[in-house]
Amino acid sequence: MKAVCWHDKHDVRVETVPDPTILNPRDAIIKITSTAICGSDLHLYEGNIPTMESGDILGHEFMGEVVEVGREVKNLKKGDRVVVPFTIACGGCFFCKKDLWSLCDNSNPNTWMAEKFYGHSPSAIYGYSHLLGGYAGGQAQYARVPYADVGPIKIPDGLEDDKVLFLTDIFPTGYMAAENADIEPGDTVAVWGCGPVGQFAIKSAYMLGAERVIAIDRFPERLLMAQEQGNAEVINYEEIDPGEALKEMTGGRGPDRCIDAVGLEAHGTDAMAVYDEIKQGVKLETGRPTALRQAIVACRKGGTVSIPGVYGGFADKIPLGAIVNKALTLRSGQTHVQKYLQPLLERIQQEEIDPSFVISHRLNIEDAPKGYEIFRNKKDNCTKVVLKP
Amino acid sequence: MELIKEDLKTNPAIVADKIVNSPLVVKNLQQHSLKQVLAALSDRAVSNSENILERAAKAVGLKPNIIVEKTVTIDRAATELYNYWRDLTNLPTFMGHLKSVTHKDEAGKVSHWVADAPLDFTVEWDAEIVRDEPGHLIAWSALENAQIDNCGFVRFQPATGGRGTQVKVVLEYQPPGGALTDAIASLFGESPQEQIGDELNRFKQLMETGEIATTEGQPQGS
Ligand SMILES: [Zn+2]
Ligand SMILES: [Zn+2]
Repeated sequence: MKAVCWHDKHDVRVETVPDPTILNPRDAIIKITSTAICGSDLHLYEGNIPTMESGDILGHEFMGEVVEVGREVKNLKKGDRVVVPFTIACGGCFFCKKDLWSLCDNSNPNTWMAEKFYGHSPSAIYGYSHLLGGYAGGQAQYARVPYADVGPIKIPDGLEDDKVLFLTDIFPTGYMAAENADIEPGDTVAVWGCGPVGQFAIKSAYMLGAERVIAIDRFPERLLMAQEQGNAEVINYEEIDPGEALKEMTGGRGPDRCIDAVGLEAHGTDAMAVYDEIKQGVKLETGRPTALRQAIVACRKGGTVSIPGVYGGFADKIPLGAIVNKALTLRSGQTHVQKYLQPLLERIQQEEIDPSFVISHRLNIEDAPKGYEIFRNKKDNCTKVVLKP
Repeated sequence: MELIKEDLKTNPAIVADKIVNSPLVVKNLQQHSLKQVLAALSDRAVSNSENILERAAKAVGLKPNIIVEKTVTIDRAATELYNYWRDLTNLPTFMGHLKSVTHKDEAGKVSHWVADAPLDFTVEWDAEIVRDEPGHLIAWSALENAQIDNCGFVRFQPATGGRGTQVKVVLEYQPPGGALTDAIASLFGESPQEQIGDELNRFKQLMETGEIATTEGQPQGS
């Protein structure tokens, strides 16, 4: 089959590799019909994520048709159309049972590696470094899906791929970010970052009862999308200081809830160095939390700062004093995708939202390297690339 | 956590039992070897255990023994986990470097262990279960003249709030000299702690999900 393989910084190639096979009784093999490049794939592309190996198959946002199931998979059959959550989770451990799927105890075969970084291992993620499991990803023609009896959700006929593909990650991620913000009626929510996750966070904030949403970015086309699609007021932080602006726009009080959908902007060499240094117990900064700092300072007293899972390592100069003295609540996490699949699919079916609005580019999988390049450089108003295998 | 202050010599069986059931076993071993503690706990005659005590003490004086302690919480009942483990022939399923374990008697007290070593070599030894408390504890010790002098125990304790079972493994071995050093390295890895942790994770995966997470055999680019 064809697959998008990572080789080095700015070096991804489409290669012919063997088809995946069933390795465990709860596996399924999916023939992929749509797959996307994620903003977080760009961290891999930039060489910022340690423990990638040359030849690793990329991609964690994919859907398709079941072509084979392991002997323990009773709920799926050949021909079923499914969306696959990017978090690989067993469904049976303490965390999965608590609906905390991205914290699954059992899916990462390289638990010890993650324990070195985080103390404990989160769930594995497709195509996202050996630290997080080393599973082959879904930017390919076929993919192996572990725990297929609990992960994938069946998609009824009549809903095209573009509408449901983002249930894999970015829609639930934006939604969980808004849910974590503890929005109350009448609240003003500020969202830093108008990439796809930010766009879904804006829409989700309204779904969860926000009265106003203010979006902050520097790319005019993304701000325009936030305004037109998301009904947000916007701040271009290259034109005005967002801290001042937010205070003025909220009557001096500050936004009640702040969502940082920007995340890490690590420098390649830093992150790799951390992996080496960490073994010696030396901790360097891997994230530059400009947005997070702004969010903490801007947030109203007693408010909530929600951080979707877009940080990987360490960050310096977090204004802890502001957190404590303003009694802020910080909430975070990689998305518990499995928890959100059914309710968000229903919102799509009821036409409350059509997630395909974020798509700017549709390419053949052969053109994946070009897709990475234009997405990275935000060329051609690129917000989201969907690949067709 | 309070450290156990009593000396093993004053009341061997009771003190050994306390040590084996403490939250941090290695901390409580203090100047003793695990072998001494297990001997004191053993069902065997005390006179016999005296000998083991002496031998162990001597060995400790010659070469530092390596002790590893690792605990994982598994969302299953203690009895179920104990039962799986007590059939020692199951161990190679989740212990990567074990080739086979076979029972040598009907009661499953004496067993023969075969482990992979580098360059297609294998290391073999006989072990005896020195303490067996159904649903709670299995302790074993290599028999005399084993290629690798090792002993250990696995303990199953209910976690708080009905949140499964805490499974603790404590292992002790004497690194032999010569060619066997490499074999030991491959048996317990560069970091024995990590290796045992890995194996406990695989045990947990098997018990909680019915399979062991793997990527072995998946496609990859050139
Ligand atoms: Zn993604
Ligand atoms: Zn799980």
